[in-house]
Amino acid sequence: MTGSISPAGPRPVAASAPRQAEPVLEIKGLSVDYGYGAAAVHAVMDCDLTLRRGEVLGLAGESGSGKSTIALAAIRLLRAPGVITGGEVLFHSRPDSGGASQTIDVLRAGDEQLRTVRWSEISVVMQSALNALNPVITIGAQFEDMLRVHRPDMDKVARQERSVALLEMVGMTADRLRSYPHELSGGMRQRAMIAMALALEPQVMILDEPTTALDVVTQREILEELMGLRDRLGFAALFITHDLSLLVELADEIAVMYAGRMMERAAAASLFYAPRLPYTYGLLHCFPPMHGERRSMEGIPGSPPDLRALPSGCSFNPRCPWALERCRREMPPLVTLDSTGRQVACWLHGGDATVPEELNMPDPLGRTGRAPEAPSPSARSLR
Amino acid sequence: MSAAAPLSPDLATGSAPQGPGSRFRAISLPHSPKIIAGLVLLGVFVVLAIIGPLWAPYSPDLTCPAPPPPPLHAAALPAGCNGNPFIGVTVVQKAVAPSCSGLFCTSGSPEIDSYSPLPPSGAHWLGTTAFAQDAWSQLLVGARATLLVGLLAGALATAMSVLVGVSAGYLGGLADEGLSVLSNVFLAIPGLPLLIVLAGFVSNSGNNSATGGVIFISIIVAITGWAYGARVLRAQTLSLRNRDFVEAARVSGEGRLRIIISEVLPNLVPIVASGFLFTTLYAIGAYVALSFLGLAGAPGSGGVWNWGLMMQQAWGQNALVHGDWWWWAPPGVAVALLGTCFALLNFGIDEFINPRLRAAGLTRKAARRAHVSFRARLGYTPVMISTPAASGMVGGPGVAR
Amino acid sequence: MTATAVYKPSVTSAAPLVLEGRDLTKHFAVKEATGIFARRVPLYAVDRVSIGLRAGTVTAVVGESGSGKTTVARMLAKIIQPDRGQLLLDGEPVPRGRPRSYAAQVQMVFQDPFASLNPVHRVRHNLVRPLQIHRVVDDVEAGVDDLLRRVALEPPEQFADKFPHELSGGQRQRVSIARALAVQPRVLLADEPVSMLDVSIRLGVLNLLADLRDRERLAILYVTHDIGSARYLADTIMVMYAGQMVEAAPSATLTDSPAHPYTQLLLSAAPDPERVEPPSLAGSGAPPSLVRPPSGCRFHPRCPHAMDICSQETPASVTVAPGHTAACWLHVDPARRRVDGRAAPAASPEAPATYAALPGPTKPHHPEED
Repeated sequence: MTGSISPAGPRPVAASAPRQAEPVLEIKGLSVDYGYGAAAVHAVMDCDLTLRRGEVLGLAGESGSGKSTIALAAIRLLRAPGVITGGEVLFHSRPDSGGASQTIDVLRAGDEQLRTVRWSEISVVMQSALNALNPVITIGAQFEDMLRVHRPDMDKVARQERSVALLEMVGMTADRLRSYPHELSGGMRQRAMIAMALALEPQVMILDEPTTALDVVTQREILEELMGLRDRLGFAALFITHDLSLLVELADEIAVMYAGRMMERAAAASLFYAPRLPYTYGLLHCFPPMHGERRSMEGIPGSPPDLRALPSGCSFNPRCPWALERCRREMPPLVTLDSTGRQVACWLHGGDATVPEELNMPDPLGRTGRAPEAPSPSARSLR
Repeated sequence: MSAAAPLSPDLATGSAPQGPGSRFRAISLPHSPKIIAGLVLLGVFVVLAIIGPLWAPYSPDLTCPAPPPPPLHAAALPAGCNGNPFIGVTVVQKAVAPSCSGLFCTSGSPEIDSYSPLPPSGAHWLGTTAFAQDAWSQLLVGARATLLVGLLAGALATAMSVLVGVSAGYLGGLADEGLSVLSNVFLAIPGLPLLIVLAGFVSNSGNNSATGGVIFISIIVAITGWAYGARVLRAQTLSLRNRDFVEAARVSGEGRLRIIISEVLPNLVPIVASGFLFTTLYAIGAYVALSFLGLAGAPGSGGVWNWGLMMQQAWGQNALVHGDWWWWAPPGVAVALLGTCFALLNFGIDEFINPRLRAAGLTRKAARRAHVSFRARLGYTPVMISTPAASGMVGGPGVAR
Repeated sequence: MTATAVYKPSVTSAAPLVLEGRDLTKHFAVKEATGIFARRVPLYAVDRVSIGLRAGTVTAVVGESGSGKTTVARMLAKIIQPDRGQLLLDGEPVPRGRPRSYAAQVQMVFQDPFASLNPVHRVRHNLVRPLQIHRVVDDVEAGVDDLLRRVALEPPEQFADKFPHELSGGQRQRVSIARALAVQPRVLLADEPVSMLDVSIRLGVLNLLADLRDRERLAILYVTHDIGSARYLADTIMVMYAGQMVEAAPSATLTDSPAHPYTQLLLSAAPDPERVEPPSLAGSGAPPSLVRPPSGCRFHPRCPHAMDICSQETPASVTVAPGHTAACWLHVDPARRRVDGRAAPAASPEAPATYAALPGPTKPHHPEED
């Protein structure tokens, strides 16, 4: 297990995923409710998200922020009482030899169409593989079943070979095919799950806290493998986690959600070294650093809001040290900030307000459009 | 491991009513239609049981044919209208009881089967029996004993199951082994035959006190009915005893008894309640069955009027064959209704203990209230987009095609 | 709530030892297979772990799941009875059982704030009971208010009558801490107190613990899997692997210059946005089965530096620097790496390696420690 394939620190976005890469999954104005009518809780409100080919898009947020909801709603796997109340989800399938790519609106697709897109084009890995794998049949039989359904042209031998190849791809040995899910460790189950999600060579992988339940060493191993596979197979990944520090290492671009809204979206390096949103700034200061002098950190005061009783204006304003009068009245829209295309929903930016120094660090991508050789000293001292 | 985002929507941790501990207070019990129906029915029966004997227009024992067809064997009856028609019956019964064929022992009471049961009328709302007794009065008076035995036996059995189950689960070790064996033995013994043997023993014991009979029958029903509840409670206590909050109470120096009473038991309340309803239901069934078999005694011989006894007499007098439905149907319906009311309450509590059932119920209710016409299907989240252009539902299952 | 300065290295070894566990060992009996022929076999959960908690000090125990870190905390709390080893409170052996006098000194905060408060009781009940049991204060009501204020749940009257489900995760955890503080303990055992909380409120709880250490001189055990938060909060970090203590050092020392290969692996795997080089995992694979732990050093099957002796003999703790010990053959003088058992303990003449090298009373005065 070498680290050669894993990203080093926040990567310049241009290095692996050019801005120009065409989108593969576009979420536009998606809104999701839990419950119906007046009793409904708005879990996701008017969110946009664009996942480009081969890119890792990190979606960060705390519990209740709607980060998992948005992902599950995008493939309509949300359970009752979840209801999608607006927006569209466009999946652009791989261009055929002819060149024209096909676009499917997931929200308007029929059952049959939805079934073909799911798993073979968009696959999902969830936090608990034990819940996703069938406990009473072996891993091998589950691979076999899936391949038989989705790849009818394969014969038994080919299916067997493919299963073995898939397991080896995620660092498991072929004899694991005979194991039942409960006989595997948590890490092994999650690997098997990833192998299964990759079996049909999907173009998009949705990873919903895939390593949260695992130990750090296992987590690191699996993530390294996953990123290596991404480089080899070229799928795009939507990586959902509460662990922003992990995302900074992993993702090309990061979107931060708070209380059901998309609040900031930027390249990983920009977000880490030069956050523009007070919440992102606070969240970055919730992870004690691994180096340097130990000093007291404050975290974010208060606690995440109850979605049934959101504060007026910006949902973050009661916890925000820089909240303006306007923040208590009006919800800021998500606006594009500069030439890098980063977006933020905050009244501190783009208006008359003076931007606090903490939220006005030089963007490593801002001037030149590419990351500096080493982070500037001022950015370093931020932590 | 870390900030656990649950598999299901992020929302689950955020919203209080779905939080793990909230279930007992988030929705108060009577909101469920099942519980409301059950409580109303139970209320009716309890009122009947209390005022029934006062309300009854006649004494249930009163042989009062109106207009009285001349009794063929009037001499066999005590003089007047207040005789007990069961002297003959009980004599026969006593003779046959040891062979446990009480079922048939009343069929041949030649001296009294000559009354012709009267159909319902203004004077006798539910008609009269073949013994020229008022069926409505019997039904009213019988409610008390039926309900009393049910509740008493239910309470006794529940007390036993709490005592045995909770101690076994909390104490563990040898105590657990011993108490588990005990409850398993009682579980393995088939209930009804044991009841019959015990009841046969009672009816032979010459106990003629009605109250004593009721209590005794409650006790034997409780003896055969506590074991299941004890097992359920033991399992639940086992899972509670190592919960962090019990551990925390121990760490703070709380005593064992206090932990059981103050920390463990309150969390068992829904299960105890459900167990109580279940055993009460069982006890009513058992009591009615015993009476129907003639093993619960009759008025004057350690028994009291109850619905099982009514049905036994009706059966013995071939009321079914003669079409005297007013005699056997009302007690049957009453037993069934009482059973239904306990079952409803039990379902209601179950819905309330089991988060999955409850969530499904709440979802259905919310959807109904919001006039949403689709049915949520697993794996196809409904899409409900209301735009000025295309108002209504798009792709929502049931509407899509 | 305000956090005070976190790092006070000088206090660490000077402070008196309050609670100490020596050679704690716990084997659980587990069923090896399913079915009627399943045998019960011992699972070596914790093997000869010694740990000392000092007043006004946070000691962190870091490890992966299954490393035995929670079992150590529970043995110190007397929730689990150790199979071997002993507990000493102020140097006196602790009587068997779970005496109230022990509860009055040693308290525990549990991992899951949703499970550690009884859902049927109000906050008040949780605080009143310990106050009553231990007769800490005369005025129980005032005591409750005071406790809630100490954990920054203000105004107290607003929280006292709430049920747990009406509180957020962070508030629940504060109530748990308040309950533990009610008996005015001298030792607080915190078992992953923040791992179930939202990221943004974790620091608040950690700062509360730091505050209690500084203001009330509590001896705190902080059990965690997150080495970053251990570095932030703790004065001393101990690393556990597969039921054994593999390394112990002042927290900055341990994270900046780890001596044991497992600690190095743990650090290389931890998320670190500021990492410049790609992380290279030194060693792979998963923790071993504790039913059949590897012979010798339990880490040797994963260790990139494994030698012959590592699979044959369990390494003893060796002092690699003042106050810094590691149980690894790499730090033993090559001449002394012998298989014959009793030869191991001495690393070098100037640094005798025993468990005592940990801040512990087996060797109470350790002048070369700072």
